[in-house]
Amino acid sequence: MKNTSVDFKNQVTIKLADAKLQDALSRLQSRFVEGRSAVISEIHDLQETRDAAAGIRDRVLNDLEHWLLQFEQQATARGAIVHWAESGEDVNRIVAGIAAQHGVKTASKSKSMVSEECGLNDALEQAGVKVMETDLGEYILQLAHEAPSHIVAPVVHKNKEEISDLFAEKHQLPRKTGIAELCREAREVLRPAFLNAEMGISGGNFLVAETGSVLIVTNEGNGRLVTTLPRVHVAITGIEKVVPTLEDVSTLLRLLPRSATGQSITNYVSVLTGNKAKEDHEGPEHFHIILLDNGRSKLIGGEMQEMLRCIRCGACMNHCPVYQNIGGHAYGWVYPGPMGSILTPLLGGIEKSPDLPNASTFCGACSAVCPVKIPLPDLLRKLRVKQLENGMKSRQETFMLRAWAWLSLHPAIYALATRATARLLRLLGGRDKLLHILPGASGWTDGRDLPAPAGQTFREMYQQGKRK
Amino acid sequence: MQMRVGFFVTCLVDTMRPRIGFAAIRLLETAGCEVVVPARQTCCGQPGFNSGDRKSARTMALKFLAEFEAFDYVVLPSGSCAGMIRVHYPDLFRDDPALHQRFAALAQRTHELTDFLVNVARLGKAPGNFRGTLTYHDSCSGLRELDVYKQPRALLATMPGVTLNEMVESTTCCGFGGTFSVKYGELSTRMADNKCKHITEAHANTIVGGDLGCLLNIEGRLRRKGDHRTRVLHVAEVLADVEPDATG
Repeated sequence: MKNTSVDFKNQVTIKLADAKLQDALSRLQSRFVEGRSAVISEIHDLQETRDAAAGIRDRVLNDLEHWLLQFEQQATARGAIVHWAESGEDVNRIVAGIAAQHGVKTASKSKSMVSEECGLNDALEQAGVKVMETDLGEYILQLAHEAPSHIVAPVVHKNKEEISDLFAEKHQLPRKTGIAELCREAREVLRPAFLNAEMGISGGNFLVAETGSVLIVTNEGNGRLVTTLPRVHVAITGIEKVVPTLEDVSTLLRLLPRSATGQSITNYVSVLTGNKAKEDHEGPEHFHIILLDNGRSKLIGGEMQEMLRCIRCGACMNHCPVYQNIGGHAYGWVYPGPMGSILTPLLGGIEKSPDLPNASTFCGACSAVCPVKIPLPDLLRKLRVKQLENGMKSRQETFMLRAWAWLSLHPAIYALATRATARLLRLLGGRDKLLHILPGASGWTDGRDLPAPAGQTFREMYQQGKRK
Repeated sequence: MQMRVGFFVTCLVDTMRPRIGFAAIRLLETAGCEVVVPARQTCCGQPGFNSGDRKSARTMALKFLAEFEAFDYVVLPSGSCAGMIRVHYPDLFRDDPALHQRFAALAQRTHELTDFLVNVARLGKAPGNFRGTLTYHDSCSGLRELDVYKQPRALLATMPGVTLNEMVESTTCCGFGGTFSVKYGELSTRMADNKCKHITEAHANTIVGGDLGCLLNIEGRLRRKGDHRTRVLHVAEVLADVEPDATG
């Protein structure tokens, strides 16, 4: 997927004015924030569980090569074929190659954000493979030719009416308005796709090193059909998704659905191990697992490694007041919200996303709910450090930072400057004691009036003995 | 023995609303503390730190250490500046064990105002006679870095004239975020709008909080939208009931 995050600021303006989007986003709070809150308390030892989950992820990341090799060995021993992909293009090439090898013309696909990184669907279409998205949200987006705006609820930016219109237009059937009717219609369209697909493509929430299994966590049942009906199954995921044991997965699964969708448990947890054996009645004859790096390995051992703990629950974006107001598309790549504001610059190049590390108030709502305790604001701040060090900040901002630091280290001059500022602002505040415009800070006063100060500084008054 | 408290007024209170500083001193003195205001204090360094300027932040942290290390306690009328000192100063000196230890010790003795009054000074009753219906905004850093939530409410509950009407989502960011509010003014304003809506729906005549940055942001949006009635006060002003406009 093309990285357009450089356009973030313009997108913010567009998204804030998009009434349909704003209406759709207004439901985030009840659906995800209150949803999580209602079930997370079921974990009586929540903080210990989060610590344990972070510990599992750190243990893997501190010795990633070891766990990946163990995974490969175990998966191979059970009949799967493991492919290593350095880039998204590599993934596309490998999948197209598998399709060609098995004479695949149609593929059914369950949700995979990693495949979005690669732009897999377009690449397969070009290779002559028809791909059908079968996750309801992803199917809607495929019809609408849109990208996901959320990693768990990809179509959260659309309301029901838009989907009714879309189905009526694309399916050429009478317009339905009820959610149950719309779902039934999608099911009827998708059923033949499941049955006819020669290849199934899925993501992978976890890779289990001890068993070589790919684990997927889903709700709709499409994941089961995609990974068991076709004779070829290709699972694509990031190299960081490996965990040592099924026991470790069980710890992470206590947190993932609760953090993601406010569910104590998802409808399906599929543990996909090896290809169909002789004695098996079902399952894919060929099971390929593609592990994508795409910049992840260079984070290992560095100051941003904690980002790779991420288990893609989406809680950070659900709780982010920035995401809640602009939605996911504004972020300009696959991953939105706080985790996306870190991953996009890290995987796509810091110079291509000048705004993302800065578009946060550091409110900390994200890290407070992160199931694997990623210190998201700290990582965003580290990206800001890199921006400053690499001269990526504007000259005006760099000058202001230096000037403020210098002033703060020279108390006598600082005192004069603040006294002058207090007086000037009081004057500018006029009779209503409000500043309607502030030179150099129009971003502030475009939407707000700055309450004027008293005109004297605290330190000045304190020294004069005013004690009221 | 009387506690000797170094008071850091914060750059924003110093320039924009000095009466908050005097209210805080009154509260500290009511709680039996000796309050000292080091004369050469400036800014804690948070604006630069959050913009990626670690080097300047370290220099400013050292200045702060020199001025405040000698006190029994350091108190600030701001959760975000107190968070800078408690959480981020020690982190800035991870590579220097001796300094790190000194900053960690300083952090232990540094408190946001209401946290200090409740958990250290054990102030039993707020001295002010404020009367009114309030709603409280929980500023992000105080809440999530320092666990300041119950403390201001406990103090407000000691005031017979105060009724607290909680707003929904009181812990959601108001959109200030320091330089964020200038760089992403439009987005910041929308976040402030959401906050103002919740304030209005709480049917209070006063919105109270513990961080002046957030309060200026909220007041700025309320006024621009034509609300000139809702009062916007720092929790210290309410607790000490320093008459607005007595000192400006």
